[in-house]
Amino acid sequence: MAELFIFFEQIYRILFLLIPVLVSVAMIVWLDRRVWAFVQKRRGPNVVGPFGLFQTLADALKYIFKEIIIPASSNKVIFILAPIVTMTLALIAWAVIPFSETFVLADINVGILYLFAVSSLGVYGIIMGGWASNSKYPFLGAIRSAAQMVSYEVSIGVIIINVLLCVGSLNLSDVVLAQKDLWFVIPLFPMFIIFFISALAETNRPPFDLPEAEAELVAGYQTEYSGMMYAMFWLGEYANILLMCAMGSILFLGGWLSPIDLFPFNVIPAPIWLILKILFLFILFALIKAIVPRYRYDQLMKLGWKIFLPFSLIYVVLTASFLMYFDLLPGN
Amino acid sequence: MIAHAIVFYIFSLIAIVSAIMVTVSKNTVNSVFFLILDFISISCLFIMIGAEFLGMIMLIVYVGAVAVLFLFVVMMLNVAQQKNEWFNSSGRSSHIPVGLLVSIIIFFELIIVIGGWKYKPDLLDSIAIEINTDLTNTQSLGNVIYTDYIHLFQLSGMVLLVAMIGAIVLTFRQRSGVKRQSYFKQISRDRKDGIELVDVENNKGVKIDA
Repeated sequence: MAELFIFFEQIYRILFLLIPVLVSVAMIVWLDRRVWAFVQKRRGPNVVGPFGLFQTLADALKYIFKEIIIPASSNKVIFILAPIVTMTLALIAWAVIPFSETFVLADINVGILYLFAVSSLGVYGIIMGGWASNSKYPFLGAIRSAAQMVSYEVSIGVIIINVLLCVGSLNLSDVVLAQKDLWFVIPLFPMFIIFFISALAETNRPPFDLPEAEAELVAGYQTEYSGMMYAMFWLGEYANILLMCAMGSILFLGGWLSPIDLFPFNVIPAPIWLILKILFLFILFALIKAIVPRYRYDQLMKLGWKIFLPFSLIYVVLTASFLMYFDLLPGN
Repeated sequence: MIAHAIVFYIFSLIAIVSAIMVTVSKNTVNSVFFLILDFISISCLFIMIGAEFLGMIMLIVYVGAVAVLFLFVVMMLNVAQQKNEWFNSSGRSSHIPVGLLVSIIIFFELIIVIGGWKYKPDLLDSIAIEINTDLTNTQSLGNVIYTDYIHLFQLSGMVLLVAMIGAIVLTFRQRSGVKRQSYFKQISRDRKDGIELVDVENNKGVKIDA
């Protein structure tokens, strides 16, 4: 009986996290389009609801009532599985994100590794979708994006090592608490920049949106998808972007901590700070989408392997020797 | 405890079934997907016995990187056709005896390892390293790898480095006639390198030396 109670309590807690995440994904799509429009001196979606806030809900409703078309020559099981995988992986990662000292669904020892593992699994949704469509453009898009995501994961991994050197623990709450005096964005500023750019590439955002480069690949791996399955790809992508922003704010911007531990700031509850930081990073994402032109594929690979990877490796050595020399290594 | 057992049996069932499906399924791409499922369920089993670091590394390395390469190779080379031919050919395949031999050897090795561990408990005491149960297993792994066995660790790093260089040497070839972009050249280009002003006489045209 007690186990059953724990089970239902957990389900309640999961829903309490998942529903806000899904709602905020919908809002973030709207924000993305508004920022994009703002930069280009357009109005953006402003008709449905106040300020056009319900635009995404209207879009979602439209997708739900559209017909789902499954190509005759596709591999049907994998074709249907692909958007489900994308969506699921984008949502399960939120389990380890700490919103405050006590408000975290699963406070596991290896939180960062879990985040990293889940984000590295994200590539499967895309490969499965691209291959199962049995069509040229989706396949090319899938191959491109797989290569891209695997390359940039390497540099994200090395950046995470940088942060871990300063923390001495893989637990995300410990990572946040280690930034109580100094956010890691200050000593590790170059790493923050590289993390941000790698996150753009990892989530297939412009300027690295080659997998769905519409001029050459129609819509990349999503070409054959329609209706609800397309919407799931789309929501999964934005949930991933939010997740990357959350990861960036936990690793570098001090997670739920307030910028200064003084009166007007420390009254504001901790989750609000995290949300504000995620929003800040997301607005940067959206601005970059509007400002920067798309990279060429060989430039993308060159940036990942020849610039980011060596630089972040050198920075690992620097950080480690600095901590060693000044005897600042955590854990002893 | 009963919930623990149920979850364990679910994961191990998935692991075994998907391992069988890897060899049985006719489409090679499906085989790779079953392999991925196998990796995932095994990493779940690792996490269940408390080896969370190993489980996560398994996910990151095998599922996140190695299996992606497998998928690449299988999708690009179209191995699917080949495998179908093996299955459908009526003649005797030369692969079966070799596979049988390897699997029998592996089976006996497993029996020796697990049997020794099961029926001679004092073997456990002969492990050279002390296991500190207070530390998280990330920390204790770090202690073992980077403190107690640092030289072996570096040696295996060297072996990997040699393998990497070998792979690069084998696949690297300089192709001629490929136009590459050089940022340095582009930026340092001057106006007078690119443009030449020529006074063209009437009805003469210009001779361009290519």
